[in-house]
Amino acid sequence: MRADLELIYGWVPQGARVLDLGCGDGTLLAALSRHKQVTGYGLEIDSDGISRCLEKGVDVIEQDLDQGLANIPDDAFDLVVMTQALQVLRRPDLMLDEMLRVAHECIIAFPNFAWWRHRLSLGLKGRMPVSRSLPHAWYDTPNIHLSTFRDFSDLCRMQGHTITDRAVGNGSREGQWRHRRWPNLFGQDAIFRVRR
Amino acid sequence: MLMPETLSSTSAGLVTPQVARFDTPLMLACGRELPAFELVYETYGTLNETASNAVLICHALSGHHHAAGYHHVDDRKPGWWDAHIGPGKSIDTRRFFVISVNNLGGCHGSTGPSSDNPTTGRIWGPDFPLMTVIDWVNSQAMLADRLGIQRFAAVVGGSLGGMQVLQWAMSLPERIANAAVIAATPRLSAQNIAFNEVARQAIRSDPEFFDGWYSEHQTLPRQGLRLARMVGHITYLSEHSMGARFGRDLRTDSLNYGYDVEFEVESYLRYQGDTFSTRFDANTYLLMTKALDYFDPAGEHGNDLPGALATATCRFLVVSFTTDWRFAPARSRELVDALLRAGKHVSYANIDSSHGHDAFLLPNERYEAVLGGFMTRIANDVEHAAGDPS
Repeated sequence: MRADLELIYGWVPQGARVLDLGCGDGTLLAALSRHKQVTGYGLEIDSDGISRCLEKGVDVIEQDLDQGLANIPDDAFDLVVMTQALQVLRRPDLMLDEMLRVAHECIIAFPNFAWWRHRLSLGLKGRMPVSRSLPHAWYDTPNIHLSTFRDFSDLCRMQGHTITDRAVGNGSREGQWRHRRWPNLFGQDAIFRVRR
Repeated sequence: MLMPETLSSTSAGLVTPQVARFDTPLMLACGRELPAFELVYETYGTLNETASNAVLICHALSGHHHAAGYHHVDDRKPGWWDAHIGPGKSIDTRRFFVISVNNLGGCHGSTGPSSDNPTTGRIWGPDFPLMTVIDWVNSQAMLADRLGIQRFAAVVGGSLGGMQVLQWAMSLPERIANAAVIAATPRLSAQNIAFNEVARQAIRSDPEFFDGWYSEHQTLPRQGLRLARMVGHITYLSEHSMGARFGRDLRTDSLNYGYDVEFEVESYLRYQGDTFSTRFDANTYLLMTKALDYFDPAGEHGNDLPGALATATCRFLVVSFTTDWRFAPARSRELVDALLRAGKHVSYANIDSSHGHDAFLLPNERYEAVLGGFMTRIANDVEHAAGDPS
């Protein structure tokens, strides 16, 4: 399993009802349901991802996250997970509120634009960064709302939500997620655990 | 000439319909009862020792029991769902025992309006009771009993067939492990009912209809049935697929300022109507459209669809097609959202296709990946539970 998914896996309580936004091939939900008796659904628009979920027995619903979560009732879940999707949404701020409407807690993982190599690329070379977590060129990237570890902390605070945990991971040492010093500078990817 | 294809590795091959006779009366939703009846059906594949690999196929308005394979080596066409049933296909007959039944009230061998009415000695004709989706499910369950199948690994159907799948899930939850509801709707819209009514009026106003007693008058309401099919057929295709296939192409070199066939699309519709009017029974067509109109589980639960679905325990796959305007993707979404609200296991895919409602019958790579993925997981579960993981 991907390093960020490993960390999230550890954070999900036994038997929780989980909604996974942009669930991909369903790896996380499959592991959670097998070993932690977690129930829930994945939302996905990628057709290969949906087929892989079906083969694994993961309940997956074809739904575009930019259309919102209006079909999901308040508090239908204990936890909403969203990895590597925040930056492609049209309105990440509205999605954050929506996530904390359908569950009291959410976990969000996204690439940290303020990572020192990204800064180096932009600050010294004067070019849009391309890295493992941001692999696209500026002209064909699906990432329309890049943000930093600090930006996202501010957004949560501004919208009145509580950050209960956060960690950063480093591309060169995958799997070593931690609460390190200077996360905004040294974290390539960020994971936040947020409550309303 | 078709022999090689008939025997190809992905065909269900040569199949022979079978008949099951039931002498126990069947109580119907309309309040009447069928004293005895026959169901004609086909099977593909082999039932395993624990009878846990059975899949039931439910057919749509003009469908029947012949879903896959060929009856004769010189058949021009295979069964109506041959694209999806066979060795290595989405519903893999190497792993599943597949049953396809002609519904009661049909005109392909099961007891229906053209069968003999034992109490009068003449044919049932228009006296045949109106069938509803739940009546079909109950009769299919009796066939399952006969074949020794306590619980279906999956019940699968498109359009009106999808409604039967839903009914199975709600009425007999202990007898269905998985449900695939394809190009269906939890209830017909006013527009859907309106199209059905035009079709019924076309048939009933045909002077050869004789209030449904046409066969006693040695005639057929061909013209009415033909019109009904023409209207219906328009709703099965998308505007795009009609446009791509026919456009404004003419059969003749120039306009002839008359009412004979001029446009290709007219010729096509007339052909569809003509062939249908000779092979389908008008009373069956009327009855099937009524069954469609009546289906409304939410209506029976105070317009509460999640409440109506509360009894279901199976895992659902719901599939819609982007250009289907008869039962549009939004209708499938209603069902998915209700299942989600009811906390049921549900997956949903909206398949890109230009073929409108008919897309559920046709080959389509993504459709096959979705239905195939769902069915593969079921087959794995069945074989794992039977202690025979292959």
